[in-house]
Amino acid sequence: MPLANVEELVKGILTGDRRMIARAISVAENNPLEAQRLIAAVYPRTGRAHVVGLTGAGGVGKSTLAEKIIHEYRRRDKTVGVVAVDPTSPFTGGAFLGDRIRMQELTGDEGVFIRSMATRNYVGGIAKATRNAVRILDAAGKDVVLVEAVGAGQSEVEIVKVAHTVVVMHAPGLGNEIQAIKAGIMEIADIFVVNKADRENAAKTATDIQGILQLGGKEGGWKVPVLKTIALTGEGVAELVDKIGEHRQFLQSGGGTEREAMRIETELVEAVKDKVAEAVFFGLRKREKFQELLKKIIDREIDPASAADELLRKMGID
Amino acid sequence: MPMEKKIRVLIAKPGLDSHDRGAKVVARALRDAGMEVIYTGLRQTPEQIAETALQEDVDVVGLSILSGAHKTLFPKIMTLLKKKGLEDVMVFAGGIIPEEDVPELKRIGIKEIFGPGTPTERIVQYVLSNISERS
Ligand SMILES: Nc1nc2c(ncn2[C@@H]2O[C@H](COP(=O)(O)OP(=O)(O)OP(=O)(O)O)[C@@H](O)[C@H]2O)c(=O)[nH]1
Ligand SMILES: [Mg+2]
Repeated sequence: MPLANVEELVKGILTGDRRMIARAISVAENNPLEAQRLIAAVYPRTGRAHVVGLTGAGGVGKSTLAEKIIHEYRRRDKTVGVVAVDPTSPFTGGAFLGDRIRMQELTGDEGVFIRSMATRNYVGGIAKATRNAVRILDAAGKDVVLVEAVGAGQSEVEIVKVAHTVVVMHAPGLGNEIQAIKAGIMEIADIFVVNKADRENAAKTATDIQGILQLGGKEGGWKVPVLKTIALTGEGVAELVDKIGEHRQFLQSGGGTEREAMRIETELVEAVKDKVAEAVFFGLRKREKFQELLKKIIDREIDPASAADELLRKMGID
Repeated sequence: MPMEKKIRVLIAKPGLDSHDRGAKVVARALRDAGMEVIYTGLRQTPEQIAETALQEDVDVVGLSILSGAHKTLFPKIMTLLKKKGLEDVMVFAGGIIPEEDVPELKRIGIKEIFGPGTPTERIVQYVLSNISERS
């Protein structure tokens, strides 16, 4: 099939054509220039979906819970898009994308669209294209978009930049709760879930987390709940989906304004940074002055930071 | 900055096989060659396989089968892929497939069939040199 152009993709997205949605997400991953045109065209149609982020250490049960959450939304007549992120190997550039194994039962349900995505070495637990993939699914009319972040747990906090509601997962026996707070992962939680509640110590884990959360106390009036789930059986999932809905209510009744503004500011700053980096990469390298300064740095006539200042002055940025 | 286009591969197991060691070995080899490999586990229906290929926008589908059901399942998969507009996706197969079935499978559009014990490097090489250029 000949490749669809941006106009066809946009039309396809807005009519919910699954093939076009899939191609559009690939464009978002592979082709920044076309992706920009595409997102520019669908952007006015975004902002409808509720974006839910799922994060937590590897093996905590994110994909298993995601499957149950999707089923619950389907029971409530909501359509769901999923972006499931797994890490790219920094050595080979390849990736094993296995989250889908646990959600395969939903493949074939027309109200569900699942896409696996490799980080391609973007840091922070999602991929660079995740945000635009979410927008594409949003514009395609999905009521809920679920993002499963990479399960590393360290400083995987980029999920707050794409999700309205962040669900942070933990499981009994996975390790030290204090460690989790240090890593900053708990600060991003809107809802806390202790999964594998069928295991011993689940109640204690939940109480411990509750205690830690009381120390912090999130600003703005939302009290972070700690829920227990058994993702294997679906126990606790309806309550979780209720809580996600309550959090959405909270955001919509004013609690989310500041956060949304901050999210957009961050994205704008990042976009500017990217563009500058691009200009430097493509434009600057071709300049004579650039080559001249390179040589001077090698010859120890100037240091790199001062050379950068000189280049910026030449570009009219200082 | 331009991002590198990656080859995306779906490794799928149709039929009722009860283990997937071979499929996983191939999946890992393709990953180690720099590809993005989607693996969906055991007992996939033809519809699940074709729909996954669509949603994941893969360039390649690798089918792994041991149960002997390839004669009924593979044509269904190929028909569904076509129906979904995925005729440009390259499909290869591996597992236990008798020699005499190969011509028919190739006729329905399966590009290559790898028998048991095929070195994974051969599969990797095959994919790398037969993949059509897509965006
Ligand atoms: N006992 C028990 N096991 C569970 C539960 N939820 C998930 N598991 C198991 O935990 C393992 C990991 O589950 P996944 O859903 O793949 O975990 P994940 O967080 O998505 O893992 P990564 O994507 O690799 O980070 C699987 O073997 C699940 O069956 C649960 O509630 N109870
Ligand atoms: Mg997972």
